Amino acid sequence: MASIEGTILDFKRLDQLARGGTSLHRIDARAKVLVALVFILSVVSFDRYALTALFPFFLYPVVILALGNLPADYFVKKVVLFLPFALAVGMLNPLFDREVVVRVGSFGVTGGWVSCASILVRAILTVSAALLLVGVTGFPEICRALERLGVPQTFAVQLLFLYRYIFVLTEEGARSSRARELRSFGGKGLGIKSYGSLVGHLLLRTWMRADRIHMAMLARGFTGAFHARHPSRFGGKETLFLLGWSTLFLVLRLRNVSQLLGSLVTGTFP
Amino acid sequence: MHMADALLSPAVGGTLWAASSGTIAYCSAKVRKDIDDRKVPLMGVLGAFLFAAQMINFSIPGTGSSGHLGGGLLLTILLGPHAAFLTIASVLVVQALFFADGGLLALGCNIFNLGLFPAFVAYPYIYKKIAGERPGQARITVAAIAAAVAGLAMGAFAVVLETVSSGITSLPFSTFVVLMLPIHLAIGIVEGVVTAAVVTFVYKARPEILQGAIEARPVAGHPLRNVLLAFLAAALLTGGVVSWFASGDPDGLEWSIAKVTGKDELKGPEHGIHGVLAALQEKIAFLPDYSFRKPAETKSEGPGAEGGAKPEGDARKGEGSKLGTSVSGIVGGLITLVIVFLAGFLLKRRSQTA
Repeated sequence: MASIEGTILDFKRLDQLARGGTSLHRIDARAKVLVALVFILSVVSFDRYALTALFPFFLYPVVILALGNLPADYFVKKVVLFLPFALAVGMLNPLFDREVVVRVGSFGVTGGWVSCASILVRAILTVSAALLLVGVTGFPEICRALERLGVPQTFAVQLLFLYRYIFVLTEEGARSSRARELRSFGGKGLGIKSYGSLVGHLLLRTWMRADRIHMAMLARGFTGAFHARHPSRFGGKETLFLLGWSTLFLVLRLRNVSQLLGSLVTGTFP
Repeated sequence: MHMADALLSPAVGGTLWAASSGTIAYCSAKVRKDIDDRKVPLMGVLGAFLFAAQMINFSIPGTGSSGHLGGGLLLTILLGPHAAFLTIASVLVVQALFFADGGLLALGCNIFNLGLFPAFVAYPYIYKKIAGERPGQARITVAAIAAAVAGLAMGAFAVVLETVSSGITSLPFSTFVVLMLPIHLAIGIVEGVVTAAVVTFVYKARPEILQGAIEARPVAGHPLRNVLLAFLAAALLTGGVVSWFASGDPDGLEWSIAKVTGKDELKGPEHGIHGVLAALQEKIAFLPDYSFRKPAETKSEGPGAEGGAKPEGDARKGEGSKLGTSVSGIVGGLITLVIVFLAGFLLKRRSQTA
């Protein structure tokens, strides 16, 4: 990790995007969570050689990006950063799967390359769906949606706690880490010994902080549940959003739109 | 290693989602039953601590590289298995949403791989057995290294099983195991050493924290057995449901795909979408009769040519011929992409001017 502060800034930016005021942001979080899940399930359910059939699914991230008024370059960068991982796993496919499945002119494409490309496209689609969900919903809202969808309250409340204190504690961790780096010389002092007590101290401070937080919350009448900032309900707009996207995904899953379109222009109607 | 959506089939992903959510429900009920409601904020804040700790690196002597804490075992030692499982799960939720580590469908797998093994296998059966009631520094170190190595090796093995049974990669099982296990063995040793360093520090500074965790015995005597039973029930249930759908579904899907691309449709009805498209096509085909060859393999691959996995062979054959007839698919795919991004661009312009 290049710099801790950079990571925190990046994290904060995604958090702030969720405060946008577009109509997409105002839709109840449950609808958005469910649509994202249907999307991922549809994309993932294609078989391993599916490639062009996946392309129409780009419609969803692109439309969300546009309607949510989110910065495209930011999300593209985040997705691209993830791709080396997908590529590392996908790259082995061409080695093991050498059967030629498509011939374009004299150039044969093996099944391995097709499935490798398929893995990449899947990775782009699924990763961007998850990131965009946070970008148009915000983590606290997602937690509340999860709770209202049946996730145990203990877990949901705990997720909210985790989220609130990430910023505080990562900043504290970054400060101690920088302090240690400034005091080290030629790589000395960065080893496991100083690390153990550094992280141990951070842990003890965290522990005491948790005690104080709990006292403060009890004093303010905490009963084990958080309250929403804007109460939202699952109305007609949400139903339309959910059903519209789900139907589209189902149609795209069952019919290869790329293929239809392609045969339309190449004139090889199947 | 995090499992990723791109490598996962819905059946495997769904089964592990069910297993992990079942375990989360079980652990939540358990934690709630503990009257100690101090634990919920503590868990949340310790999860945040794990984030901070993961960002701090230390240098590994002799290698020139640096490592950081994973933290599953550390949390379990501090909080006990149930609370730790929930905390690890919530850390993974945040990682999946903000850092795109894995993905939403793979979340079930990741919670299972990185949470269940350290919390319910490595901790009670390895760490606790070695460390005992009143551990010294040496025992903590040995126990932590053994437990961390075992937990990570099990997690890595689970990743292999999940990936191979999803069938998205063509990587053979044995190769994958050979690739994964040595790496995770090394990571496990580092993780164990780090965990031991932090635990011994805490043990010296505030022994009551660890003592509390050691003495807090779970209410039921066999946490693992309950978890495994809950997990098994959830997995069987969804496995059954999913495979029931899956057995009917591919046929249905194949059938409808065959309807779109197959020969039957060649002489299909002149009305409906195909009729309209065919009429349109004559006007807008700008690459008329673009010819291409089918791959030779699809012909040789007759019935019974493939000995081993028959369903896969069939699927491959169908796919092969489908791809063979689909240079149009590639062209169409490119056009689709252009249309999609153009639509996004226009929507964006509109929403900015509005």
